[in-house]
Amino acid sequence: MGISYTLENVLLGSSLLGVVAGVVGCFALLRRQSLLGDALAHAALPGVCLAFLLAGSKESLYLLAGAMATGIAGALFVLLVVRWTRVKEDAAIGIVLSVFFAVGIVLLTRIQRLPGGNQSGLDRYLFGQAATIVEEDLMVMAILGGAVLLVVALVYKELKLLCFDRAFGASLGFSMRGLEVLLTCLLVAVVVVGLQTVGVILMVAALITPAAAARQWTDRLGAMVLLAGVLGGASGAIGTILSATAPKLPPGPTIVLVSSAVLVASLLFAPRRGMLWAWLEERALRSRIRRENLLKDLYRVGERERAWDRFVPRPALMGLRGQGALEIERSAGHLVAAGLAERSGDALRLTAAGLAEAAQVVRKHRLWELYLARRLELPTDHVHRDAEAMEHALSEEAVDGIEELLGFPKEDPHGRLIPARRRP
Amino acid sequence: MSSTVVILLVGSFVAASCALVGSFLVLRRLALLGDAISHAVLPGIVVAFLLTGSRAPLPMVLGAGCLGVFTVFLVEVLNRSRRLQEDASIGVVFPALFSVGVILVSSLAAQVDLDTDCVLYGDIAYAPSDVLDVGGVPIGPKALWTTGAALVVDALLVLLLYKELKVVSFDPALASSIGFSPVLVHYLLMAAVSLTVVASFESVGSILVVGMLVVPPATAYLLTERLGVMLLLAVAIGVGSSAAGYAFARWYECSIGGAMAAAAGLAFVASALASPRHGLLARYLKHRRLGARLAGHLVLLHLSGRAAEGERRGLGPRDLEARFRWGRVRTARVLGRLEAQGLIEPAAAGLRITPAGERAVEQAGTAALADRR
Repeated sequence: MGISYTLENVLLGSSLLGVVAGVVGCFALLRRQSLLGDALAHAALPGVCLAFLLAGSKESLYLLAGAMATGIAGALFVLLVVRWTRVKEDAAIGIVLSVFFAVGIVLLTRIQRLPGGNQSGLDRYLFGQAATIVEEDLMVMAILGGAVLLVVALVYKELKLLCFDRAFGASLGFSMRGLEVLLTCLLVAVVVVGLQTVGVILMVAALITPAAAARQWTDRLGAMVLLAGVLGGASGAIGTILSATAPKLPPGPTIVLVSSAVLVASLLFAPRRGMLWAWLEERALRSRIRRENLLKDLYRVGERERAWDRFVPRPALMGLRGQGALEIERSAGHLVAAGLAERSGDALRLTAAGLAEAAQVVRKHRLWELYLARRLELPTDHVHRDAEAMEHALSEEAVDGIEELLGFPKEDPHGRLIPARRRP
Repeated sequence: MSSTVVILLVGSFVAASCALVGSFLVLRRLALLGDAISHAVLPGIVVAFLLTGSRAPLPMVLGAGCLGVFTVFLVEVLNRSRRLQEDASIGVVFPALFSVGVILVSSLAAQVDLDTDCVLYGDIAYAPSDVLDVGGVPIGPKALWTTGAALVVDALLVLLLYKELKVVSFDPALASSIGFSPVLVHYLLMAAVSLTVVASFESVGSILVVGMLVVPPATAYLLTERLGVMLLLAVAIGVGSSAAGYAFARWYECSIGGAMAAAAGLAFVASALASPRHGLLARYLKHRRLGARLAGHLVLLHLSGRAAEGERRGLGPRDLEARFRWGRVRTARVLGRLEAQGLIEPAAAGLRITPAGERAVEQAGTAALADRR
């Protein structure tokens, strides 16, 4: 075995937390209660201190029980404040978070000033001190974490209803309020599992970041929950290993940064939802619009001069829509490469294939103009701008339909010929 | 200046400046953005520290101010990209930035005179001993200057932009239609929040800052309907809590910042219970009063109906108990009150309605009809 006994414990502990927090975090994320987890985690601190003061020992079972008690008290407080006063949920969460944590700090600093209190090591619950995890801690964490996963598996369908359609769930006879309470208890249990690895302050990231990353990859709850568990577990393991290899890298924050990196990658690269994909799609669309506009310009110059076989010099094209030479050159390059246009010096003309393609763009434009003028009775001097946009969006089938609807017209509202349907 | 005075002044400055900007956060339901900012400024502070190698306030304010505005911006970008909801955006952004800060602090601990404890709960106890020098001349405790400056800036912001902040808080649509940008006001407010957080951060720690940003304004929100009064009350509650917290911390020998925030929490609980209009106690009493009035009306209505049917001998308490299923004690209380008001009177077989009672029934009926209309 290459890894030491301590590292093995730590690794198991943080992966376990990652999995459990990722799974439960999904439901918190979907219910827009991400920050409730933050408040519950902070609320666990006074419990740890109180348990130490009352039991006089730092047996993790006592401390975790204390954390659970005040965590639930914090959740209850949020619930009561929102239900019974005019204070809104965000402020209620902020109040629980800061006041419970402040009470925890008061007790913590008090304990540190007690004789021998400095050795209590309670401050490891602030940021987590994974290195101090021993086998008994791991047992407690495993039992608690296993119980949480089991409960999620048992009430999975009901939780799904809670997230997506409360009213329907209630009409089926499930107690939605009871489920809310159950979910809150699950959150508290996760917080307790994570106390020793990431600590109370960064707990919210363990809950939410893997879930937010998983959300980018799928629209199905089951897949999202599984993926969040995997991403959370992997972030926990990688973060722990990183912090073990570098001397002064605390594990809690390292784990958070690893999962944040996973989130950034997911936001950028996840198929369909990723920002990179959106950007590429938009770029491709813009480039197509520019190409189609150039085709249309060449077509209209040829139409005016009654000859499409003459080369059109670049300055003449630049005048048409105020484009720069570079912009035209880029679209022209695409057209030439696709065999739709040919070059002579800086002048350009359509090939036979290009002429057919350009005619289709012009056809869409003019038919849409006519449709707006006849069917919506817009004035003819208002229809051009709208057609400029629609010519890039309409499919050929849709345009054929419009042509039929209008009774196969010959001319657009400005008296110009409408090109014919593409020959198969 | 004695150290008690310095600590009390710094605590009051922090409380007052946090209350001013925090009130708008609470009104605009942005309380947790304040929380996020107060955590996320940490890397800014550390980087400023590393670059200048000193604890001079100005670079720190700049570094942290940048991070604060950056946090708001990042949350907004994520939120607007529709890939994450607002709460999740906040929940992923600030832990990441805070982690960067903690890692910087712990890996550079040798060069940086900061530790994670002081980041979290600060050390207002050291505020009196950290004296600011200008050109070698000591001009008083640094924390006093930084928190005082933040208070002046916040007070100016609120005084100068009072109307604008008010409109943006209560009716952003109106704000843009009468010609000033809610976005600009929003970012000004966020910059002020960052500045306040930074100025307070080093002396009192991030948790006290969050507590002071959210708790006193929420407490004041329970006590009044007017913005101006709310601001003043929030300031008073904040200052009061910091004084009370200090006294407690001296006696209990614990973190001063923690005790101040905990005292503010106590103030919140007290006003949630006892606020004259919105407190739980007031609501409970009102509920009971309404219940009692309703019970009286029901009895009168019943008696009046029986009288109209020709029942002249009256009804005994037993009959009424059976009719309304209230139990003996409550029935006796309701009847006692009605008799004292002269609305019912003893009759041969128990009680019957008086003419005054009949008039009361009639009035209640018209009032109900008017309500329905």
